[in-house]
Amino acid sequence: MRARDIPPSAWIGIIGITVTAGAAVFAPYVAPYGEREIVGDIWEPMSSTFLLGTDNLGRDLLSRLIYGARTTLAVALAASVLSFSIGITLSFIAAATRGVVDQGLSRLNDLMMSIPTLIFALVLLAVLPQSVWVLILVMAVLDSTRVFRLGRAIALDISVMEFVEAARLRGERTIWIIFREILPNALSPLLAEFGLRFAFSILFLSTLSFLGLGIQPPTADWGGMVKDNKDGIIFAVSAALIPGAAIATLAVCVNLVVDWLLKRTSSLKGGRDDG
Amino acid sequence: MADFFTVRDLRIAAKVYPPGERPRDMEIVSGVSFSLEKGKVLGLIGESGAGKSTIGLAALAYGRGGIRITGGEVLLDGEDIVTFSKRDIRRLRGARVAYVAQSAAAAFNPAHRLIDQVVEATLLHRLMDRPSARARAVHLFEVLGLPDPDHFGDRYPHQVSGGQLQRAMTAMALCPNPELIVFDEPTTALDVTTQIDVLAAIKHAIRETGTSALYITHDLAVVTQIADDIMVLRNGQTVEYGTVSQIIEAPKEDYTKALIGVRKSRETEATDQSGTLLKVENVTAAYGNGVPVLKDISLHLPKGQTLAIVGESGSGKSTLARAITGLLPPSDGRILFDDEVLPALQKRRSKDQLRRIQLIYQMADTAMNPRQTVSQIIGRPLTFYFGLRGREKARHIAELLDAIEMGEGFADRYPGELSGGQKQRVAIARALAAKPDLILCDEPTSALDPLVAEGILDLLMRLQRETAVSYLFITHDISIVRALADSVAIMLNGRLQRFGPKSQVLLPPFDDYTDLLLKSVPEMRIGWLEEVLKSRHITSAGN
Repeated sequence: MRARDIPPSAWIGIIGITVTAGAAVFAPYVAPYGEREIVGDIWEPMSSTFLLGTDNLGRDLLSRLIYGARTTLAVALAASVLSFSIGITLSFIAAATRGVVDQGLSRLNDLMMSIPTLIFALVLLAVLPQSVWVLILVMAVLDSTRVFRLGRAIALDISVMEFVEAARLRGERTIWIIFREILPNALSPLLAEFGLRFAFSILFLSTLSFLGLGIQPPTADWGGMVKDNKDGIIFAVSAALIPGAAIATLAVCVNLVVDWLLKRTSSLKGGRDDG
Repeated sequence: MADFFTVRDLRIAAKVYPPGERPRDMEIVSGVSFSLEKGKVLGLIGESGAGKSTIGLAALAYGRGGIRITGGEVLLDGEDIVTFSKRDIRRLRGARVAYVAQSAAAAFNPAHRLIDQVVEATLLHRLMDRPSARARAVHLFEVLGLPDPDHFGDRYPHQVSGGQLQRAMTAMALCPNPELIVFDEPTTALDVTTQIDVLAAIKHAIRETGTSALYITHDLAVVTQIADDIMVLRNGQTVEYGTVSQIIEAPKEDYTKALIGVRKSRETEATDQSGTLLKVENVTAAYGNGVPVLKDISLHLPKGQTLAIVGESGSGKSTLARAITGLLPPSDGRILFDDEVLPALQKRRSKDQLRRIQLIYQMADTAMNPRQTVSQIIGRPLTFYFGLRGREKARHIAELLDAIEMGEGFADRYPGELSGGQKQRVAIARALAAKPDLILCDEPTSALDPLVAEGILDLLMRLQRETAVSYLFITHDISIVRALADSVAIMLNGRLQRFGPKSQVLLPPFDDYTDLLLKSVPEMRIGWLEEVLKSRHITSAGN
């Protein structure tokens, strides 16, 4: 894989993700003001002192956007990693053992999926104590139901292949079959799905924050920033649109990269050689 | 008579994508020339990658994938179809030149009745009106020997057998009365007993309609029966071109001689019946629906010998292997291995019992994890059964690679980077790594080209001499049985039809099915097909 083999669309995505991730990691160095510092008037327009203007409390919007990238990316990433760990492990166990275990896990999964995700999340978050870890856990568990379905479908396809049968005949344990025979072959579609799920996690977190059950103020996060500044729209203040645009841009960037990954993995399989 | 189809210095290139390099054009057919008279059949023969299908499709001015015709002429009635416009090509295909694919099951649309698909091209090209097209289709069904020709077309593709479908496809090609038909391995996917019927039907239909044909196959014996001329191809180049009798009776090139000479019989057989390794006693087995696929099978295999299990698809021969491995526990009967009763379920068997029975699959592609290197594939049984690691393991892997006649350079390759024959060799090495007493071979050579298959069989025989391993060899190819079996079991519809030492099973008196099976094996002899058809007692069960 060389740089020039990557299509331009994927480059745009990669650059977008890199910039966001860079801003998140180096926030204290690149942000002009502090995260919670009130530095000006309410909803000041864009100027040379405040590049993107100020928010509903007079905090610098650019600084909050940069610090917000931290929370948003970290929480979304943690939730995605956790949901994939749960989803893949359970779905592969279900596919590799079949029978009662598969039935139990799959029906439980169906049950979870039958409740609308957002309402389920709102109920859980309202009942459970408010902390970032609970938030991540709730997001991960709810998202893992989707991963479970995909993982089970992929693993079922692979587990009927003869090389898995050969491993079973050798007397290998289920754990070996899952992690050495099935997982390496399921990796590329799962990786692509991971990118997609990550984008959904960002959106989901933003939705929760907007509804007041996600990241709690005064910590900056993109969804919460939209909520804080939404009243400004009535007065023709664009402050709410900027974090909204950031969410949209990041989601698009992630999807550009995912599209490219998907195309790459599918073209690996699609090759035909005829006589 | 003047030649009506002529190919002159045909060159075809394909875009290849070598890993780590820029895509480039590679010539896959270089400078092939032949000509065909009206009503004659030319057989194109060669191993996979020889370019025979590509040449066949060039007759329809078609190239699969990134394939382009880069030079030469394809003259049909004096017109060069390579230079045709898109519109002219559309008029040509299906009307003047027709194509019969290898897998009829995949080529028919399952949602439409056969008759509608058979007459489709004829109606599309406005060659006839619907009633006369139907009448012609029915006539062709009759010529091709299909049952109840008047109503055969009312069925859907899944309601007829594979052999019938292949003949329906031939009818589809013949219906618009084309000048040329391209047959692309039409009988390769069929059982021998079915193949002979389809072959006879195609031959009869070609005679009857006076059309010309290109017949593509890798089986020299098949093409001998049907073709007037034969062209042997290798790596996109002509090896030898002549009439059937020239090629079969007096081949000039070494490659052609090798093709004709493959599989000389080994007439000897081991007669020592002591020391039974595997004993199957009255085994009956069924899949989920309860219909038994194996009915009361009893057979035995002495140590260090080969038992061949023969039968057409659906006869239960692979199911027997599944029962022996414990993947499908028998509902009745028992299996003894080295005088011990094997637990019916694979999960209940000890590690040592599992080690002593290994399996080689038909498709080496799917039998190996594509994300593991050769050394990982071969090395795992070494670690798993014998706890070998590090240098000791590497030494054993090198030995095994040596045993399968592949160098150590292959150790770090992935299965995707190996040829079909090499993959099967690695699969053999994986089985061998467990130091088994019995290897179940499930048609290990049927997906391979004849010369490659010959190499694999030689390897298996050599390994048997060196390690005294026993083989249970599942096959539908009688010539393999003749070449390497000590004893033979013939299966039909889940029952054991005949079992015993090779010399007894393959010598008369035969029961009707064995007679049919043995006579259906194509022989490389002109006029064989006609002889056989005259002398048969029963027709194929499935046809």
